[in-house]
Formats: sequence, structure tokens, C-alpha cells
Amino acid sequence: MTHEAWATVMVVLPLLAAAAAFLLGGRWAAWAGNLAAPVLVAGAAVLALAVGRGEEVRHALGGWGAPLGIEWRLDGAGAAMQLATALVGWGVALFATGYEPHGDLERAPGRFWPPFLMLWAGLDALCLSADVFNLYVALELIALAAIVLVTLEGKAAAVTAAMRYLLVAQVGALCYFVGVGFLYGFGTLDLTQLGAAVRPGVPATLALALMTVGLMAKSALVPLHVWLPPAHSAAPSPASALLSGLVVAASMLVLLRLWAAVFDAVAGEALKQAIGALGVASVLWGSLLALRQERLKPLLAYSTVAQVGYLLLLVPLGGAAGAWPGGFLLLIAHALAKAAMFLAAGLILEALGDDRLPSIHGAARHMPMTVFALGIGGLTLMGLPPSGGFLAKWLLLGAALESGQWWWALALLAGGLLAAGYVFTILAHAFKEASDAPFTPVRPWMEGIPLGLAVVSLLMGLAGAPLTALLEAGAP
Amino acid sequence: MNWTGLPPVLIVLSSLLPGIAIFFLAEERTRLRVALNLGGAVLKMALTILMLWGVWRGQRFEFTFALLPGADFVLRIDALALLFVTLSSTLWLVTTVYAIGYLEDSPNRSRFFGFFSLCVTATVGIAQAGNLLTLFLFYELLTLSTYPLVVHRGTDAALDAGRVYLAYAVTAGAVLLAGIAWLYALAGPFDFAAEGGALAHVEREHRTALTAIFVLLVGGFGVKAALVPLHGWLPRAMVAPAPVSALLHAVAVVKAGAFGIVRVVYDVYGQTLAVDLGVTTPLAALAAATILYGSLQALRQDDLKRRLAYSTVSQLSYIVLGTALAGPVATIGGLVHLVHQGLMKITLFFCAGNLAETLGVHKISEMDGAGRRMPWTMTAFTVAALGMMGAPPVAGFVSEWYLGVGALAAGQGWALAVLLVSSALNASYFLPILHRAWFVERTAPWPHEEPARSGRLETSLSLLGPAVLTAALSLGAGLLAGLDGSPLGWSRFIAAQEFPL
Repeated sequence: MTHEAWATVMVVLPLLAAAAAFLLGGRWAAWAGNLAAPVLVAGAAVLALAVGRGEEVRHALGGWGAPLGIEWRLDGAGAAMQLATALVGWGVALFATGYEPHGDLERAPGRFWPPFLMLWAGLDALCLSADVFNLYVALELIALAAIVLVTLEGKAAAVTAAMRYLLVAQVGALCYFVGVGFLYGFGTLDLTQLGAAVRPGVPATLALALMTVGLMAKSALVPLHVWLPPAHSAAPSPASALLSGLVVAASMLVLLRLWAAVFDAVAGEALKQAIGALGVASVLWGSLLALRQERLKPLLAYSTVAQVGYLLLLVPLGGAAGAWPGGFLLLIAHALAKAAMFLAAGLILEALGDDRLPSIHGAARHMPMTVFALGIGGLTLMGLPPSGGFLAKWLLLGAALESGQWWWALALLAGGLLAAGYVFTILAHAFKEASDAPFTPVRPWMEGIPLGLAVVSLLMGLAGAPLTALLEAGAP
Repeated sequence: MNWTGLPPVLIVLSSLLPGIAIFFLAEERTRLRVALNLGGAVLKMALTILMLWGVWRGQRFEFTFALLPGADFVLRIDALALLFVTLSSTLWLVTTVYAIGYLEDSPNRSRFFGFFSLCVTATVGIAQAGNLLTLFLFYELLTLSTYPLVVHRGTDAALDAGRVYLAYAVTAGAVLLAGIAWLYALAGPFDFAAEGGALAHVEREHRTALTAIFVLLVGGFGVKAALVPLHGWLPRAMVAPAPVSALLHAVAVVKAGAFGIVRVVYDVYGQTLAVDLGVTTPLAALAAATILYGSLQALRQDDLKRRLAYSTVSQLSYIVLGTALAGPVATIGGLVHLVHQGLMKITLFFCAGNLAETLGVHKISEMDGAGRRMPWTMTAFTVAALGMMGAPPVAGFVSEWYLGVGALAAGQGWALAVLLVSSALNASYFLPILHRAWFVERTAPWPHEEPARSGRLETSLSLLGPAVLTAALSLGAGLLAGLDGSPLGWSRFIAAQEFPL
């Protein structure tokens, strides 16, 4: 199959599977998802290998190239994100097949699959998109599917959280869309062409402000983060894994691409530093709030706020060597690790009936594999070797020090320490012995899924050379 | 890659793979677990002996793998690496036997032995690391794999100790990372270099930065090496099961810190540059302060393991002192103490574990008459304790002799005074223990005598054997110090490379 064909499969297959899952319903819905997932993993791997080899993967839909038509173009960052999406998606598909449904899902467990597969299609489309309007469409598809996922169990808290999420996502999308309008004044929507055409001035500044704020709201960066923790913790656990691992990363990917291709030339140094400072604020504030949580899922959700903050450092670090691959390495390592941790949290919830931290005492004895998955995923959050998160942090540290902006290095180290604080809070509770906790055994193969994802995030630490080569393909 | 890259990797894998396999074993598969443990330990030992032979004949073994562009993962076996590898693989084998006996029938053994193997993996990785980045990788792995062992029992005290341990160790890791990243930004990627250090090319224009980085690096390693005031975690970590205290908190973890300092002084900065920057004298002063402070604190403890822990704090700084004095003879003294202290201290901890397991004795005040009840254990204890005081012919005497002579040779007579005072202090906290054990009559019953442990021998063979063996090794290392193959002979071999005369 040609690369163009694979690129088409990546978007069309999950859409078809979503339709099939919707029509079939019930137990058959899971079949649709589980048949599509391995194909999508294979496709993502083929495309990533091609991009890593330096081949150009582009596809002009309907034969019309930019600026008139829609053109898909896969760069290294997109290919890596697509691969992470596929791996997490496959893990979630397997997990959701065996997961005990709760709330409204109990009556119609098949309802999980259509929004899940729509989300997958949206993420793949986003990775392939190379123009600001297509990115908008993909972002909308992702946001709507994500909001539906939050509400699936139908609990009051989930619906409230989803409404807030909807509000923020729509305002963010609107901001972004108006920004697209301003950018269209430069005569094109294609990212590369925009980079050449854009001129400093009021329209560019307005576009920058609107799009940056809109995407920051969607990525839950401080101070626009309040919607995320309730939404991510109220969602069913497999959905939380998707939301925290992938959805937030998607809007971040768009933000970073826009800055690298278009805004970097427009913005002044002070503004870049200010945006970096907002990132640090996210890291610190998110981590501090994570430390204060008494439940596992909200803790993990606040940790997402913190981890996304690191990525904003790419704005001030801009062209420093290692910053771009470092940032995206962090993005994908976090996606895998956080998904693993949310799935592990789901199993703990299943086994112990509660995710309050004092209730997980004894988890290390009852379900060592799951606690192990939490620990290994935690390595990436803390940025400790040999995880993918460590390599990312090493690259970012190097970029900060070599560009003479040592203050970002301090933020990176402080963030790691705070992360160690909340990760080990979880582990300490899990290691504590408790004799009388009620415990429902979970299926052993399900324990393997979070462990597998966590191990992938760990082994990324050994694949640093090929991964950076991939991420630097088509990098600014 | 040719075959010379293989042995360093195999030495790491010989404990990593069994460790991973053990995690997945069901709790009741005792025999398979023991087979995996001992098989890995014996294989590692065999590989180490082969390497000793190869390195003695001038062969070098190196494995390189690009972690990132410009950042290599390097495992390299040189003489200094082998000193530490040999120590850890020998003691791992011994401690594994001990731990199998010690943990009979206790819960979560798969988890325990899995992490135990990971710890040893990390330790031999630290020993073989060929540059700072690789060293850091394994250094952090060591922190992470010891935490579950410290909190193994899951009690409040254990979790508390674990929290303190992490607070120290993770912060130290961040400080270390800052230092390493700064050094890489300044000097570019570089490997450890014997003879002269690796920083000659940036020496001139960055003296202040290099001094600051030295402080960061020594600060990062100093936590595990328990330099005062960074030692607070060590006495608390003594809540861990005895094999953990024995191998990790007497040997692997603390030695990793001391070893890191040795590498930084000799193979990163090179002792000429280090002396030139004026950082060795403060380091020597800090080491001397630690030696005295540790001994003074040890005097005040009644809990046996805590007294031993403070004694570790004190003894470790002998190694740092030997390094910081920066002369050939003192270097030999510091390096050989890396091995000697390990042998003697592990013996003491094994004996403390035997007393606790067999008789329920945890405090020194409960030890009256222990010599009559457990003569083999207390004989081993006595040999090691005499060594700690520096009495000939036990190994400790050899280290102290070289350190003392080295201090004089380096023109730092005050260090000799510190060593003498420390020996006196060592005597004043070990002799009362020996006195109680051998010469005071037992009047009360033992606190908690374990009937299952008593048989024909004073306690289980798997507990007694390792203690007697390591005591014999400490004695042998002292008696046979003149041989080329002794720890002393090997240390001279290393020093001859650092100080080509």
C-alpha cells in the first residue's frame, strides 16, 4: 500500500468503525473497535517509519493542492503523535472490552465505542493536517467526541463537568476560528505558506493572541485549567486515559506547530518569555494541586495540567537545539504513561471499589502488576531515567542551558521534584499494608494492558536516537 | 561492535533478567526463585572473575550505545570499575543466600527479590558507567529500586523512613542532574578519562562554573555517601529487613555515592585540576567532620543497627578523605577501604540480623551473654569490629595505615590526627558491645527466642554461613594484603594508573 493510501486509512477506518459500532451496538460494537485497532497501529508504524527515513508523506485530497484545496502532510511530530495515538487507542480498545461498565453504560455498553472511534479519527486527521482550517475541523471533532465520552456514565457530576468542558472547548474553538479569519488575510491557510506570508502587525498579533488563548484553554493550561480535573476524573477510566493522554496533547500539538511555523517570527522576546512563564505556572500549580488531592483520578488529572505546562517552554526555547524533539518526546511519552496510569487507576477502582488514597492500601500486594504500571508511568512524569520522559527532560535541559536561559532548567528540575512528590504519595499508599480491605480480583490480562503501555513509555528511553531522528523530520 | 562490548552488558543483565523474571513468579514458586537468584549471582561472579583476569592483562571492555545524538550510554570495565563490581557481585551472592534464609515464609518475597536484583543491577551499572550520564541513569535506578525494599514491611515506620529516604535521594538526583547537564552544556559530551581528567579543554575560562558544578556533583553524590549534613536518611532506613541494611545500606547504596565522588575527582576533573580549583581541601575537611560526627553519634545509640548505621556514616568518609587528600598513597587507602569497609560492615549487619532473628535482640543493652549463646556469630562480629577499630591483622588496619601514611605524604598531618581520634572512638563504641557479649553473664531470658531457628547450630545455616564467610574474608584481606590479587594489590594497580610515576 502507498503512503497516501495508509494516510487515508488512518482517518477513514476509524470513522467506518465508529459507524459500524453505532449500527451494530451491544457486544458487536467492541468487535468493530478491536478489529480496526491493530490495523491502525500497523498504519501508524508504517507511516512513522517512512517519515523517519526522510520520505515525504503528503496527500492532496481530490487532487487539489494548497492553497486552494486540502493537503495532508505528515511531519515527524505528527507521525510520532499518530503512533502514540494508535498505541494508546489499541490499549484502550482492549481494556474497554474487558472493563466492567458502570452507570448508564451498564444498560448499553456499546455506547462507548462510537465516540471513542470518532475521537481516534479526529486525532489522526489532526496529525495529518497541515493548514489552520483543517486543524480547526479536527479539533472540533476531537472536542465533541471527548465531551460525549465524559458524560457516558450519566452521573450528575460527569454531566456538570462535561457542560463546563463544552463551554470552554467552544469558547476556545471560537477564539481559534476568529484567529483563522485574521490569518486568512495573508492569503493562505497552509502552515508553511503562512510562515512565509505573515507580516508583523495588528492582524497577526490578534491572530496570535486569539489562537494562543483558545488553544491554551483547550489544553487546560493555568489559569484556564479548572475544567479539566473534574471532567477527566468523572469520565469512565478508559475514556480518562484518552482524554488526559491524547486529547490535551492534540491541542498542544496545534499550538506548538502554529508557534513554530507562524508566530515565532511575529512575537517579541518578552511575549515568548511570558508564555514560558505561564507554562512554568502550570507546572508548579498543577503539581501543587496534585499533591493535595485525596483521590487517585483527580491527582492524575492535575498532573496532566502540570505536564502540559512543560510544553509551553518550547515557545521561548524556540530554535535551541534539542528543544523541538525534547518537547514532542515529552508529549508522546506522557501520552503513553498517563494513559497507562489512568487505566491502572481504573483497575484499582474496580478491585477496591474506591479511589480515595487511603482505600488503596494493600494494592501492592493484591495487584502488583497494576501498581508497577503506576510506578513505571510515574517515572516518565518525574522525568527519571531510563524513561522517555527522562530523555525529553535531558534535551530540554540542554536546550535551556545552551541558549543561556537557565531559569527554565530550574523549572524543569523543580517540576520533577514535585512530580516525585505526588507519584510517591500514590505508591506509598499502595505499599501500605491493610488487612481488612475488601478486594475483588480483576482479570490478569487486563492488568497487562496498563503495564504494557507503561513499559512502552519506559522503553522509549532506549529508542532516543531513532525517535529524535523521527521528530526532527520536518521540524522548524 | 565486537565481542569486548559484551561482558559489561552481560554483567548488568545477569541480575536484571532474573530480577524481572522473579517479579512475575507466583509467591509459592520458592525453588525456581532461589534457582534464578543464585544462578544470576553465580553467573555474575563468574563473569567478574573472567574480567579481573582480562583487565589485569591490560584488556579493556567497552559497550557504547547512542541514547540521544551526542549523549552516549557507555559501559566500560576498567580497573576502578572492577574493584566495585567485584565487591558487589561477591557480596550479592553472599547476601542472596542470607536473604533466602532470613525471609523464609515471609510475604511478598517475589517483590522483594525482584527489587533486590534490580538494586544490584543498578550498582554494577554505576560501577561500569563510562560517563556521567550513564552513571546518573543507574544512580537514579538505584534510588528507585531501593525504595520498595525500605518500605517492604508496609508499616508506618517503614513508610516514614521511605519518605525521608526519597526526599533526600530524589532531591540529590535533581541536584546531580543539574550539575551534569550544566557540565555537558559547558564542555560538551565526554567520557571518564583516567590520567588527568576530562575537562582540560574548558579549564581556563570557566573556573567559577567548574567549581560550582563540583559542588553540585559532590552534593548529589554526597547524599548517598552520607556526608554530614546529608546523612539523615541512613539511620532511619534501618527499619528495612536485615539483608537490605547489610547489602544496600552498608555496601551498595552508600558505596555508590562514595564511588561517584571518586569518579568525579579522578576521572572527570582529574586530581590536578581539582587541587588547582581548591575544592579538595574543603572536601577533605567535610569528610573529616563526617568521620568524627558519625562516630560521636554512634556512641549515643543503644539500638544495634542504628549504631552500626552511624558507624557507616563515619567509615564511608574514609573513602572520601582518601580521595580528597589527592596523593597516591591516600588514594590507595581510600580505594581499598571501599572493599574493606564493605566486607567488615556487611559482617556486622549479618550478625545484627542473626541476633534479631534468633534471639529477638535489637538493643545493645540486651546483648549480655550473646557470645555464649551464639559463639560463631559473635566471633564473626568481633573480627569485624576489631577491623573497624583498625586493629591488625584485620583488613581495616590496612586501609587506615595507607590513609595515615598518605595523609603525611600529602603534607596534611591533621588528617592523621582525625584518623587516630576516630579509631579511638570506634574502640569506645565497639568494645562495650564485645564486653557485654563475651564477659557479662546472662540473667534474664532472651527477648524473643525463635525456636524454628535453633537446631544443631546456634541459628539457621543460611544465616550463619554468610556472616562467618564475610568475617573470614575481612581477615583474609588483611592477612594477604601483600598479594597482587588482594583488594590492596588491586587498589595499587588502580592508583598506578591514576598517578603514573
